[in-house]
Amino acid sequence: MSELFKLTGQVALVTGASRGIGKAIAEQLVAQGVTVVGTATTTAGAEAISSYLGEHGVGVALDVTADESVASILAFIDETYGQLDILVNNAGITKDNLLMRMKEDDWDSVLDTNLKSVFRLSKGVLRGMMKRRHGRIINISSVVGTTGNPGQVNYCAAKAGVVGFTKSLAQEIAARGITVNCVAPGFIDTDMTKALTEDQKQAIFSNIPAARLGKPEEIAAAVVFLASPGAAYITGETIHVNGGMAMV
Amino acid sequence: MSNIEDRVKKIIVEQLGVKEEEVKPEASFENDLGADSLDIVELVMALEEEFGTEIPDEEAEKLKTVQAAIDYVNNHAND
Repeated sequence: MSELFKLTGQVALVTGASRGIGKAIAEQLVAQGVTVVGTATTTAGAEAISSYLGEHGVGVALDVTADESVASILAFIDETYGQLDILVNNAGITKDNLLMRMKEDDWDSVLDTNLKSVFRLSKGVLRGMMKRRHGRIINISSVVGTTGNPGQVNYCAAKAGVVGFTKSLAQEIAARGITVNCVAPGFIDTDMTKALTEDQKQAIFSNIPAARLGKPEEIAAAVVFLASPGAAYITGETIHVNGGMAMV
Repeated sequence: MSNIEDRVKKIIVEQLGVKEEEVKPEASFENDLGADSLDIVELVMALEEEFGTEIPDEEAEKLKTVQAAIDYVNNHAND
């Protein structure tokens, strides 16, 4: 039974790992014996990651919107560890506004950071995973990618896009021992949700049967499960972790 | 180092999991060697790595038989 959840000796890349959900994912993977490369947009963020990972991995600055930055971190992982078993596409931003007021830049940057980054990184890791006939790609979507949310047409479009990407890629590479899945968090206690207005929070709260915020570790637990050998037959799936807020 | 033809055949045997004697010059990857589209992508990637060359998509599409792959590599390989 225990072998079903054993991840010892594997190597993971977790984007957006300096805080919030990404940090919890990195920490929980480390707790399972995984070596983690965590990324942040700034050098300071990367250093913070290195310090909490200690000997279990390293923080690296990465711009998920830049091809050369992605190529460079993948080359670094290849040279340093010689393998990559788990990719967690977690990095994301919000630029909320009603569509009537939304700037094209706000649309472009959210789509580039939250959706196109998944294309860049997944494509980059595939060759190695295909050769080794093993891999896990886990994309962090969001409950609002399914339900929609006023003020977030860009974010919701990107997060729904991630689900479609996941299902398609899962079908392309299932026969090679690589699974591609999503975890869709609901309302989780992070800096990103702290940025919501009081009105937005109240509206969301009244719709959560669990009557509380989720913890970042509760997202990380779903990610660890999907990364584990026991989840080898789950692919193209989205696990919703939202306290009952949306049941789909 | 063995010649290009042998190296190409060896990669085809490894990538497609077929027997060496099945890899005849006129054999079609798809019809005779049971390759699907992803197998062919992997085969092209393996050829690119072995011969240090990049095969453009429009050229890769034409590589339907063993002989076509050998000919392509003969004309384009860097080493």
